[in-house]
Amino acid sequence: MLSRKTILATAALSLVAGSAFAGGHMSSEMTIVSWGGAYSKSQLKAYHEPYSAITGVTILNDESSGTATAKLRAMNEANNITWDVVDVEAGPAMQLCDEGLAMVIDPDTMLARAPNDVSAADDFGDMLVSECFIPQIVYSTTFGYRTDLVGSTAPTSVCDVFDIAAYPGKRSLFSYPINNMEWALLCDGVAKADIYDVLETSDGQDRAFAKLDTIRDHVIWVDAGSTTPQLLADGEVIMGATYNGRLFALIEEQKQPVAMIWDGQVMDLDGWIIPAGLSPERQARALDYIMFATDTTRLADQSKWIPYGPARKSSAPLVGKHAELGIDMAPHMPTNPVNLERAFLMNYSFWADYRDDFDAKFQAWLAK
Amino acid sequence: MSVNPITAPLLAADGTPLKKSLGRALRRQKIRALMLIAPLLLFVFVAFVMPIVSMLFRSVENDIVANTLPQTVLELKSWNAELGELPPEIVYAAIASDIKIAAKAKKHTKVGLRLNYEQSGASSLFKKTARQVKKWDLDADAPFKEKLIKVHKSWGQIEIWQTLKVHSSNYTSGYFLNAIDMRKTVSGPEFQPEEKQVLILLFKRTLIMSLIIMGACIFLGYPVAWLLANLPARQSNLLMILVLLPFWTSLLVRTSAWKVMLQQQGVINDLLVQIGLVADSARLVMINNETGTIVAMTHILLPFMILPMYSVMQTIPPTYLRAAKSLGATNWTAFWRVYFPQTVPGIGAGSILVFILAIGYYITPEIVGGSKGVFISNRIAYSILKSLNWGLGAALASILLFAVLILYWTYDKIVGIDNVKLGG
Repeated sequence: MLSRKTILATAALSLVAGSAFAGGHMSSEMTIVSWGGAYSKSQLKAYHEPYSAITGVTILNDESSGTATAKLRAMNEANNITWDVVDVEAGPAMQLCDEGLAMVIDPDTMLARAPNDVSAADDFGDMLVSECFIPQIVYSTTFGYRTDLVGSTAPTSVCDVFDIAAYPGKRSLFSYPINNMEWALLCDGVAKADIYDVLETSDGQDRAFAKLDTIRDHVIWVDAGSTTPQLLADGEVIMGATYNGRLFALIEEQKQPVAMIWDGQVMDLDGWIIPAGLSPERQARALDYIMFATDTTRLADQSKWIPYGPARKSSAPLVGKHAELGIDMAPHMPTNPVNLERAFLMNYSFWADYRDDFDAKFQAWLAK
Repeated sequence: MSVNPITAPLLAADGTPLKKSLGRALRRQKIRALMLIAPLLLFVFVAFVMPIVSMLFRSVENDIVANTLPQTVLELKSWNAELGELPPEIVYAAIASDIKIAAKAKKHTKVGLRLNYEQSGASSLFKKTARQVKKWDLDADAPFKEKLIKVHKSWGQIEIWQTLKVHSSNYTSGYFLNAIDMRKTVSGPEFQPEEKQVLILLFKRTLIMSLIIMGACIFLGYPVAWLLANLPARQSNLLMILVLLPFWTSLLVRTSAWKVMLQQQGVINDLLVQIGLVADSARLVMINNETGTIVAMTHILLPFMILPMYSVMQTIPPTYLRAAKSLGATNWTAFWRVYFPQTVPGIGAGSILVFILAIGYYITPEIVGGSKGVFISNRIAYSILKSLNWGLGAALASILLFAVLILYWTYDKIVGIDNVKLGG
C-alpha cells in the first residue's frame, strides 16, 4: 500500500511531469518490456502501479528484454513498433543507439531534477553512458559459494575460483568471454587498471585463455542468470558466478547455505530506452513515464524489492529496508562502499569493439 | 459437298473446334481449383516463402558500406590494396567527407558496427572519428591524411583500408566465408586464424549427433511401435497414451526434468551411489556434455519416430508372418525377410522427421549441452539475437537449409521418397 504522503508527492510530481507535454495528447495504454521474475516485480511495485494509479494508464508487460535488440531491429524494419519503453543493459542500449533504433534523450528536459535541485545529468553523472540510455540500477556479476562445501576457510577473493587445490569441486561460469577474461587476467597478476590494455594484445588474450585452461575441466558453463543459483542450491557446484540480485534471493529468501564473495564483482548498468519512431502520442506517454519512473524517489523505491543500487546519487541515502523481508538493503548493494572497493566497472567501449572477436575465440576454445 | 472426316476438326455444339473447347473447359476447371486453394497459397507465400527468402538474402546483401561511404568506395577502386602502401590523400579527403555526411544522418555508427564484424575496433574508430570530423571544414582543413591519423592511429595502418576495400561491394560472399571459418581478404579467401575456427566443427557435430539421435530413436522406437501395433486394443491404447503424454508436455519441462535426473547430485547418480555401483567421489558426468544432449533429445523426439512406424506396422497383416513360418522360416528369418522390409517406409518417414527436427534443435542443447553439446543452431541464435550479425546468421541458416535439401535428395535417390509413408 502506498502511504497518503507518497501519493500526494507523486501526484504533485506527475503534475509537473505532465505539464512538460501540456497540449499534446498522450496515449492511454503502453507496453513496457523487461526481464520478468523478481526484477519485473520490483518495477511493477516501484514504478508501474503508482504510475497507473495516478495517470490511469494501462501498462502491458512484455518479458522480452533478453532478445530486445533483435526484436527492436525487426520491428523497425517492419515499421511496426509495438513497444513503448524497453529495459535493457547498457551494452545493448549503446548498440541500439548506434543503430538508430533508440531515441536520443536529453537529460535536462526529459528527466526529473534531483530534490536538491541538482540537474539530472549531474545526478546520474558517469552512469549516462549513452545518449539514448536512462540508467535505473547498478547490478553486478559476482560469485556465490556453498558455505558447507568449501571447507573450513571460506573463499574471500575472486582468485579463489581459480584455486583448484584449495577449493576442489565444480564451479559455474557464464559461457561468454565478458567478465571471464577480466577475472582470468586479474588472477594471473595483471593490475586492475591495466587489464583492458593487456587484453587488446594477442599475448594478453593467450594469457587469459591459459589461465582459464587451468580450471576448464572443473567448470560448468551456463548462459542464463538463473542457472547458477539452481546449481548452487543442488550442490552441483561449490561456487559460481551470477547476478548479485539472484544470489540475494537464494541467500535471504530461500535461506540456502550460500554466501557471496563480492571481490572482483563486475558492475554493469541496466536501464530504459525508448524505441525510435514512435507516434507523437505514444512517445509523449513514454517520456512522461520515464520522467516519473527515474526520479529520485522511484529509483530508491525499487531497491526495496531487489538489491540493485539506484543509478542516481541522490537516491542512495533513501535506500531503506526490504519491503517484505525487513532486512537493511544497503549492505546488499553492489554500490555499498565496502563492496565497491573491490569492484570493476564494465568497459563498454572495449567490449563494443572486441565482443564478436572474443566470442568467436571463446566459443572455439570451449568447443575444443 | 461432304466434309472429309479425317482432316476437318471436330466441332463442338457451338461450332468451335472440340480441342479448343475442351482445353478451355479444362483451363476453367484448373482456375476454379486454383481459386479454391488461392487463400492458402497466398498465405504460404506471404507468411512462409517470402520471410525465408528475404532472410536468406541477407547472407549476401552488403550495401551499407557503399551507401554510407560512396566517395571513399569510389576512390579506393584505383588503390592497389596488395602493395602495402597507404592510400593517397584523395581517399582520406573522401572518407572525411563521407563520415561528415554520415554523422549528420547518424549513419556512421551503423557502418562502424558492420565493419566491426570484420575488424575489431572499427566500431569505436568510426565513432571517435565522426566526433572530430563533425567540427572540420572540408575545404579549409585539407589535407586530411595526417589529421585522421592523429584522430585515430588505425587510419595510418593498412588493415582498415584493406577491410574497407574488400567489403565495399553491394553483394558479398563474406558472410558465407565466415560461416565456414574463412574470411575475405585482399588476396582472396583465407582460413580464419586457428583460435577462431569453430563453425565447421559445430556443423559436423550437429550432423553427427543428429544421426546418433536418429539411430537411438529407431533402436528404442521400433519395439514400442511393434507393441503398439500388435497388442490387444486395451493395452495398446494405454501404451499409446504413454507415448503421447510426454508429447503434450512442454519441451522446457521435459528438458529440465532430464537435468534433475542426470546431474551429478541427481536421481540416477544418487541411485548408483546408494547401490554401490559408483563411488560418491566419482559420480558420473551425464549432463552439460554430449551425453546430456543425446539423451534428452532422443527422449523428446521419440514420438516422432514411433508414430509413423506404428501407422505403417498397423497395416501389415499378421498373416504374412504366419505364412512365412508355415513355409519353414525361423522367427528371425520371418522377421528380417518378411516383416522388416515392409516397415522400412515407416522407419524412413520417422528418420527424416527426427533428423530434420534434430539438426534445427536449439533450446535443448542450450540447456543440457554445456560447451561440448551445443549445435550450430545455437550459433545462429547467437548471431541473430545477441551479436545482431544477421548476415552471418543468415549464411549459417542457408548452409543448414541446403545441407538438409541435399540429404533429402540423396535419400530420395537411395531409398526413394515414394517409399516414405506417414500412414495407411
